[in-house]
Amino acid sequence: MNPQSTLPPPPAALPPKSGDPSATVGRGRKGPRSEVRLFAGLGHVALAVWAVIVIVPILWTFLAAFKNTSEIFSSPWTLPAELRWENFSRAWTKANVGRYFLNSVIVVSCSTFLTMLLGSMAAYVLARYKFWGNRAIYYLFVSGLAFPVFLALVPLFFVVKNLGLLDTHTGLVLVYTAYSLPFTVFFLAAFFKTLPSSVAEAGMIDGCGHTRLFFQVMMPMAKPGLISVGIFNIIGQWAQYQLPLVLLSNAKDKWVLTQGIADISVNAGYEADWSGLFAALTIAILPMIIVYAVFQRQIQSGLTSGAVK
Amino acid sequence: MRHGKYPFVIGFLFAPVALYVTFVIAPYAQAFQISMTNWRGLSAPQWVGFDNYRRLLDDGAFWKAVQHHGVLLLALPLITIAIALFFAFLLNVGGKSSGGQRQGVWGAKFYRVVFFFPQVLAVAIIAVLFQMVYRPNESGLINGVLMKFGLDPILFLVRPNLALWSIIAVLVWQAVGFYVVLFSAGMASIPGEIYEAAEMDGATKVTLFFRVTLPLLWDTLQVAWVYLGIAAFDAFAIVAVLSVDGGGPDGATTVLAMEIYRNAFVYSKYGYASAMGVALFFLTLTFAALTLRLTKRESVEY
Repeated sequence: MNPQSTLPPPPAALPPKSGDPSATVGRGRKGPRSEVRLFAGLGHVALAVWAVIVIVPILWTFLAAFKNTSEIFSSPWTLPAELRWENFSRAWTKANVGRYFLNSVIVVSCSTFLTMLLGSMAAYVLARYKFWGNRAIYYLFVSGLAFPVFLALVPLFFVVKNLGLLDTHTGLVLVYTAYSLPFTVFFLAAFFKTLPSSVAEAGMIDGCGHTRLFFQVMMPMAKPGLISVGIFNIIGQWAQYQLPLVLLSNAKDKWVLTQGIADISVNAGYEADWSGLFAALTIAILPMIIVYAVFQRQIQSGLTSGAVK
Repeated sequence: MRHGKYPFVIGFLFAPVALYVTFVIAPYAQAFQISMTNWRGLSAPQWVGFDNYRRLLDDGAFWKAVQHHGVLLLALPLITIAIALFFAFLLNVGGKSSGGQRQGVWGAKFYRVVFFFPQVLAVAIIAVLFQMVYRPNESGLINGVLMKFGLDPILFLVRPNLALWSIIAVLVWQAVGFYVVLFSAGMASIPGEIYEAAEMDGATKVTLFFRVTLPLLWDTLQVAWVYLGIAAFDAFAIVAVLSVDGGGPDGATTVLAMEIYRNAFVYSKYGYASAMGVALFFLTLTFAALTLRLTKRESVEY
């Protein structure tokens, strides 16, 4: 790159320009101006096309959820003739989507809570206390980020089986938590390190014990970091498919939503209940849209935080 | 720190470490051990040395899976990063500049919100969704349109040479938004004066992109490549749910995770499945090491 082209302009040249927004574009150079238009025009088309590609499959699913099977085949692109809510009640009760949904909520809320509690405890101690073996334990946790879960799948199955936790939510919660710890500890340790030690020292002088200091002073101070990792863990654990597939295979009443929907899609082929499947999909997707619409900013920063750090 | 430090430290570390060692570290260690046995679950495992690994070399399904990882490893990051970079550039610096402040095109906020949404959905749910989209008759979203126009339906998931690409398309569909947001964050930290100066020297948008944005975004791109590479080594949920009979037709979309799952939990070949797991581990490790080595270059300070 030509070094001259990257030099910032002298500050003196800036003020007059900021007074006139069009100065940069309209300084009599025809070339860049039409190029900007063309680029922006093509860009708009590309962006709009991608937005359509993202939205249409989801919208199409929502519409199909109200149709009956013959409508799904004869007019896949039209609005449903009537709103058939019975598709949803059939999916919710007969296809057990309600059960699966509830299971997912139970498992993910327990495992996220446990992940945050244990993860922040470990991260806090590793980040702010000097003791023998500190680095070894830290790297033990962080090394977990490098291993693919599939390497451990067979032995993990037998560890859970031997503990008598196969086909139980407890087993799944413990496994989710264990596999979420590396990232949680890695992220939160970095976060706890940045917190000022003056507050902690003041707390100690006031006679605050280590444990109380952690729960009443440090945890509230680490709230932004906890929220980011919390969102990361909730979305990651909600989306899990292979672990419940392996660990809950024989207890259909304990299945989580991803497993359940995948199973319904297999059965929909045999039973030709396509509208029920569309309704089940809608039940799985719609809450995510609502949650995303409300917490959009936090979710985006929570999910990308791992990559930015 | 004052008295009572060690009881506190041990008290806080005990539960997390115990849980982590039981469910993560111990299974990883055992995987290497089991991969050296012919264990099938019923009798005690017998030590067979590297037999499982030797058999891997002659296993057609294994090599097919490795080959698919190769395709995924190139196609998924290349396509995703190219699309995401283009969109991120449009959304951040594609519009006109006013007073030295770079602006995105109109509606940038809306697009960022919409594009990111698939990231929130579980891959298994997306796989079921695209089963419907790809359906081979008039009930499919794409073929429904094609057949309305009197065209033949495209058998996305049934034609062996099309199936893997249909799956890659879904992965790209989900991933693009995440990387748009990631690259946007990177672009936002590039000072506006650099663009300003380049534009004063007559640089076009295309030049801006290749000579300013791309070099200054190199670190973020490297992270993106590693993330997508790791995703390319997994792909279990999408293949298991979306493809025809788990990695079909006839192994045309299979991946190592699928073969590990099948060998372990369908055929009960635990030793053999573990050997595949170890192979996957070393492939992932090689990829990570290679990426970090090959993409290493002077990062531009600004």
